[in-house]
Amino acid sequence: MTTANPAPATAPATASAASAHRAVLRSEIRLFLREPGSLFWIMVFPTVLLTILGLIPSFREHTDELAGRRVIDLYVPVAVLLGMIMAGLQAMPPVLTGYRERGILRRMSTTPVRPSALLTAQIALHGVAALGSAALAMAVGRIGFGVALPGQPLGYALALLLAVASVLALGSLLCALARTAKASAAISSVVYLLMMFTAGVWIPVQSMPDTLRTIVRFTPFGAASEALDRAASGGWPGFAQLGVMALWTALVTFLAARLFRWE
Amino acid sequence: MLVGMAIIEVDGVRKSYAGRPVVDGVSFAVDEGEIFGILGPNGAGKTTTVECVEGLRIPDAGRVRVAGLDPVADHDRVTGLLGAQLQESELQPKLTVAEALELYSAFYPDPADWRELAERLGLHTVYGTRFAKLSGGQKQRLSIALALVGGPRVVVLDELTTGLDPRARRDTWKLIEDVRDSGVTVLLVTHFMEEARQLCDRIAVIDKGKVVALDTPSGLIGSSGSSTVISFTPSRPLTDTELGQLPGAASLEREGDRIVISGTDETVNAVISLLARHRITAHRLRVSEATLDDAFLDLTEQAV
Repeated sequence: MTTANPAPATAPATASAASAHRAVLRSEIRLFLREPGSLFWIMVFPTVLLTILGLIPSFREHTDELAGRRVIDLYVPVAVLLGMIMAGLQAMPPVLTGYRERGILRRMSTTPVRPSALLTAQIALHGVAALGSAALAMAVGRIGFGVALPGQPLGYALALLLAVASVLALGSLLCALARTAKASAAISSVVYLLMMFTAGVWIPVQSMPDTLRTIVRFTPFGAASEALDRAASGGWPGFAQLGVMALWTALVTFLAARLFRWE
Repeated sequence: MLVGMAIIEVDGVRKSYAGRPVVDGVSFAVDEGEIFGILGPNGAGKTTTVECVEGLRIPDAGRVRVAGLDPVADHDRVTGLLGAQLQESELQPKLTVAEALELYSAFYPDPADWRELAERLGLHTVYGTRFAKLSGGQKQRLSIALALVGGPRVVVLDELTTGLDPRARRDTWKLIEDVRDSGVTVLLVTHFMEEARQLCDRIAVIDKGKVVALDTPSGLIGSSGSSTVISFTPSRPLTDTELGQLPGAASLEREGDRIVISGTDETVNAVISLLARHRITAHRLRVSEATLDDAFLDLTEQAV
């Protein structure tokens, strides 16, 4: 009965794969823009926080403890990292887990387009939003409070990309571990507080006591914070910091890919 | 009926979850252009069986072919010619009806006109409505539309009319018949007898992971032990000796004054002439054909 083999089966089964992926991306961009909550926490909140801190007069004064720099100078990289944490750990995991939980990924597996297209689109969009948030924080820091733009832009960009990669990997790992969207929201709120701490949201990494600082340096955001700080002051981020971020990204991506379940 | 080509072949498929067999050696072949039903009680393994056809599950043993292709190994080609409506699958909550239809039609090389499809399913009035705001029936109709939007050769519909009101259900049946008439093969999973009887050319009854019967709806009804039931209240009591040996009678029961006999058409004729001979009036005389329900209950009880 295999003679029933039909003509259409031998024709290309998908519309041009590229155009199908573009359609997925377009629709996910639309959906992303329909989440005002996520957009606020990722894009607006870090810069608002930076502005509030910048309005405190003492934070705009040079202090000897910070080698002649101002508190506000340290908070620009913190705001940059905060946007990333919001994107990768607060906003993204419930979306991805929800897609699995609601059977959206399964539904897509029955079409010629793989459900990974959906996940890739969401991860990329959150990454872009985090970078947009970083640009906004840097612009407001520069215009509002005279915080110098990065002295080593290339090094800064490299550190920024590695930091985004590591936070997106971490967010993906959360989705792999959490069975439900609720569970992922619960786990991510713990992880994200921890990450905010290591990124220096409460105390800038540069002001942490020595032992704590040594430990924090080995976390992706502790390393990111130092790398951004160095590049901001005109130097190249050290291999140690870039290495820590790269290693975390690689390890966490590997785990996320291994542990992820499609249903 | 002319024997068409089998477009879906399921041969000795087994699937266990955690050591518990859910599908236990299921075989059937669906001819091109027919509506083939899979009927069975909840948990019988219907959904798992069609998930193997859709390539969503890999059978532990056995062979599945769709248009001669392996749904797992040839996933990309099979998904291009098979449209699926899954049980309990949702869409992105904030995606609108029109966006969903447009998106899914972009997945296929030669899609159907999604606007026309939406109009036939009565979805054109809710183009701008987000998935999360749709009623159960609208969600169901959208999911049927998405199964058809790729212009498939085979559609697999799992519990297609669950959640629809009777009118929408009948409209959907009509649509499915039109789909079949346009040359698309339909594999329909259901636990609605009426739906199976109305729509299906052939039905496989599955119980506890096995095919317990495979026939046309009328074939299944005819195979049921007692196909006709006659019941009446006689104007005067009738003794068992008076009733005697009725031809074809399978059983005789008394419910108070009422007599219930199941048997064949021949039994009915014999009862009527018997009553005439004794000049007995039969009050509230009822003759009922066995239904697919009876056949189904017979079949699934046998498998216990």
